[in-house]
This record gives sequence, structure tokens and C-alpha cells, in this order.
Amino acid sequence: MAEPFIRIENLTKRFSISAGKRIRKTGFTAVNNVSLNIERGEVFGLVGESGCGKSTLSLLVLRLLEANGGAVYHGDTNILELPRRKMRRIRRDMQIVFQDPYDSLDPRFTLERIMNEPLQIHRWGTGAEREARIDELFAAVSLDKQQLKRYPHQLSGGQRQRLCIARSLALSPGFLVCDEAVSALDVSIQAQILNLLLDLKDEFGLTYLFISHNLAVVKFVSDRIGVMYFGKIVELADTDELFDNVLHPYTAALLSAVPDPDPFSEKKRDILPSGVPSLIDPPGGCAFHPRCKYAGERCARESPELRDAGRGHLVACHRLEC
Amino acid sequence: MEAILKNKFFVIGGGIVLIISLLVLFAPLLTSYDYGAVDLPNKQLPPGAEHIMGTDLYGRDVWCRIIYGGRVSLTVALGSTAVALVVGTMLGALSGYVRGTLDFVLDRVNDVLMAFPMLLFSLVIGVVLGSSMKNMFLSIGIPIIPMFYRIARATAMSVGGRSYVLAARAMGGGRMRVILRHIIPNVLPHTLVILSSAIGGAILAEASLGFLGFGIPQPTPSWGLIANDGKTYMFSHPWTTAFAGAFIALTILGFNLLGDGLRDWLDPKIRTAAKR
Repeated sequence: MAEPFIRIENLTKRFSISAGKRIRKTGFTAVNNVSLNIERGEVFGLVGESGCGKSTLSLLVLRLLEANGGAVYHGDTNILELPRRKMRRIRRDMQIVFQDPYDSLDPRFTLERIMNEPLQIHRWGTGAEREARIDELFAAVSLDKQQLKRYPHQLSGGQRQRLCIARSLALSPGFLVCDEAVSALDVSIQAQILNLLLDLKDEFGLTYLFISHNLAVVKFVSDRIGVMYFGKIVELADTDELFDNVLHPYTAALLSAVPDPDPFSEKKRDILPSGVPSLIDPPGGCAFHPRCKYAGERCARESPELRDAGRGHLVACHRLEC
Repeated sequence: MEAILKNKFFVIGGGIVLIISLLVLFAPLLTSYDYGAVDLPNKQLPPGAEHIMGTDLYGRDVWCRIIYGGRVSLTVALGSTAVALVVGTMLGALSGYVRGTLDFVLDRVNDVLMAFPMLLFSLVIGVVLGSSMKNMFLSIGIPIIPMFYRIARATAMSVGGRSYVLAARAMGGGRMRVILRHIIPNVLPHTLVILSSAIGGAILAEASLGFLGFGIPQPTPSWGLIANDGKTYMFSHPWTTAFAGAFIALTILGFNLLGDGLRDWLDPKIRTAAKR
């Protein structure tokens, strides 16, 4: 593997909740000390249930939210310390596709204006060059350029997501964050968009941070997978290794939740008790212990570190240490 | 677009506003008198063939003064609403999008503005600045800034959280760009609904100030001023005040109906409720 392209170090984000008045402040940690490397040219998948901090992490990596601590290296530069001007330049290389294609496009803009926006912001090329670039991008995502004068509401969900992808690629970024990029689409369209993303990766030499709550989707696209729970990475391994050798009980539960296409299979599901613990009043020790069937006395006491269990398979669980 | 023409409020309100605007616009063609010409022998005549709305205390033709006076009243109303629209929308969009300390401060200032009785506030500004057309824009415009500020702020807060705004930021779009290209265009349709009733309110405010003697000074007529001219003899010779008052009321009614019509048309929830 090449040198890490995006390196995240001890990234932390706390949100404060001012309950009514500005007197008593409580808060919670949405992303807690997360470190991970994304190699150039790979697809790094990030899974976890709703509210575990996946999307917050994606916003932090692109500095659309300011972190409370840690660093995000793009090559050698820590983007969290860059002044605004330099940050703007580096944004050309880091783009994002959001979950909801209905929410990601300004309803008052025509497709043409939507596509021109990133090019205008970075004063890219002349009018004719921009037009040619938009044609090229539309061809890459299989959209009809006859539609340029239309408005987003005249497109289907799949077309809108193609448009979002085309827009995000306008400035030829190297790194693309897909934040639940297919979750809002129909299953048949999901497959199309996933294949499109993989094709574009080869065509433009992209690196992805692919975020989803759907383990099957992540398995399909990712080279490596990180499993996030309660703001922390609890398991991280190559895709094949993770699926062959599940170490963390949370990952096991996620896996058993993936629907089985065979209606007669009698798979035993590993159903987790109750919901995610309160973020405002987090459990002590390992955050997963109230829902873990293996939880012991030590789990309630101390939080496990992320350790290498061999072959680059990282896991944070006390069960594997003794 | 056809649907709105079926809305009775919109059609009646729009009709009233249109007719009054035309009367005011073509005032020189609709009267042969001079609004300032004093003709004491013919003072306080009742409506008749010569003077369709009679004459006032100084023998000036009331119809002539009213249609010319509409120019002043409408200009002041439109100008002051424009001031409030621009300032209120800009500040509201900024406040709602940027949030934080700026929002906290602007919102408290807004609370203070709203705490003053509107007419009193206009009077104070008018007295401090002196009375001229431009100052009337400010003295009537400033007190109605909160109407626009609040709508712009609320909409900016909701639009600011949309993914397309995040996407624009991810592309490197700065605050001003996001506010001008994304926030304000999405705020304006909401503002449109109150714009019409704000103009009605401004006409009323101008008339009140004129009636109290704080409007544009004599001899330039404005509706408030004309009403004021007639008030001393209101019971023996009611024409002057009555006609001026009728025009004020009619115009405000027109703008309010227009605003209601627009609101019904733009808000699908009310639209469906009305059909039931």
C-alpha cells in the first residue's frame, strides 16, 4: 500500500447542549478520539448505526465542522490548521456526496447553474471550457445534457444523485466522501449508483471514504472497513478479513442484521437488547458493555484500547486480551 | 398562474391597488386644478360639478389634492417598505445563517425594536431627523424592519441546514456567496407574503404621521395631511377628511387583500383547507 492519503489522528468533536438558558451546559462527545488512515486509491468503508458519529466524522474530515481536537492530514498538511484561503484551495481536492439528493440541490437552480457553481467558485476556465467540462461530467455519470436547463425537481432520485456526483467531481478531486450516498435511493437504483461510483473511481483515480449504516453495501464497495460505535472505531480490518473473522461482538450483531435473500434460511439473529445508550450520560468503561452478551466486570470499569489482533485487524475489546 | 386569478382576495385587492396606482400616476390628466392654488371665495364647497369632492378650507380642490397626495403617500410607503425589506432581509439572513454571537446580538436589538410602539418610534425618528421625503423612508421604514428580519432569520436558519448549503461550503463557497446565492433567493418568496401588508401598514403610518402634523410639510399634500386639514371643520364640512380617510382605508384594504390572496395562493395547506 502507498503512503496514507488522508490521515486522521485523535479526532474529537464535542457538542454542547444549552438546555434553555445559557446557565447549565451539558454536552456529549459525538466523535471520540478517532484515528485512521485512508490510502490513496482505496475505498474505506465506515459502518455503524444511526447516531454513532459517522456523519459527524465526515463533516470533520472536510472541515465543514470544526473539531475540538486532533488532526486531519491531507498528504502532509493538517487541514484543521490551515487559514481560510489555503483551505479553499484544498477543498478542490476533497469533495462530498450527501445522503439525500433531494436536499443537496438548491431547488431554485437549474442543472446548468448547479454544475457551474464549483467551477465559478474556483474561477475554473472560460465559459466554453466550463461547458465542455460539464458535458464531459454528464457523460461520465450518464446524464443527458439536454436536461441542463431543467430544475432538480424534474429529475428522479437516481438522476439527482448522479447530478450530485457529477458536481462533486467537477474540480477533479482526489478524495470523495460518500456520506450514506445510496441510502435514500431505491434498492435497484442503489446498485446502479454503487457501480457508477466504482467505475468513476477507476476512471478518475479517486479515493473514497464510504459511509453507510448498511453493512452489505459497505462490503460491496470497500477495500477496508471501520466499524464505529458510540463515536469510536471498535473494529477495523480489510473487508475479507473482517467478514471471515469477526472479532468484536458489535460487528457480529451488525452482520447478523443484514437481511438474507433466502426466505427459507433459518439464520439465528444476534439481536441487541434495547437502544444505543444515552450520549449525554454515557456508560462507564466500554461503551458497548450494556448491550454485550460477553460483558464482564472489567468491561464496565475500563474502556478497551484499539489493538492489533494480527494481520492489521484492529479491535477494541477486552475479551480478546485475556 | 391561472389559479391565482381565481382567488377573490387577490383579484379584488389587486384591482383596488391597480386603480389607485393609475389614478395617482396619471394625476395631471385627471384634474385641471393646481393642488396648491388657494381660492378663498370658493372655500369649503360641498362636492359638485365643479369640484367633484368639494374644496377645502383654502378653496383648494380636494380631488386634485387627493390624487396628487397619493403620489406622496405611496412613494413614502413604497420607499420605507423597501428600506425595511432590504435591511431586514440582509440582517435576518446573516443572523440566521451565521448564528452565534452575531445572531444573539442582532436578535436582542430586534427585540428592543419590537418593544417600541410603532407610531411612537416613527415619531421619535421623524423628530430627530426632521421631515423630508428621505427621512420619512427611515422613520417609517425602521420600525417595520423586524417584520422582515424575523422571516428572513427563520428561513435562513432552516435553509442553512440544507445539504446544498453544506455542498456549497464544501466547494469552498464563502459566507457572502452562500447568503447571496442560496439563502436570500430562498427567503424572498416567504417575504413576498408579508410585503403587501407591510406596504398597507406603511401607508397607515404615513397617514398617521401626516395627521399628527409630523409628515411631509405643507403645501405638498399627503393623505394624512389632507385629513388633518379638514379636521377642524370635520362636523360642519366633512368632505375633506372623509374623502382622504376613504382613500387611505381603501388603499390599505387593497394591499391587505392582495397580501392575503398571495398568502393563500403560496401556502398549499391553507389552499386545501379553504376548499373543504
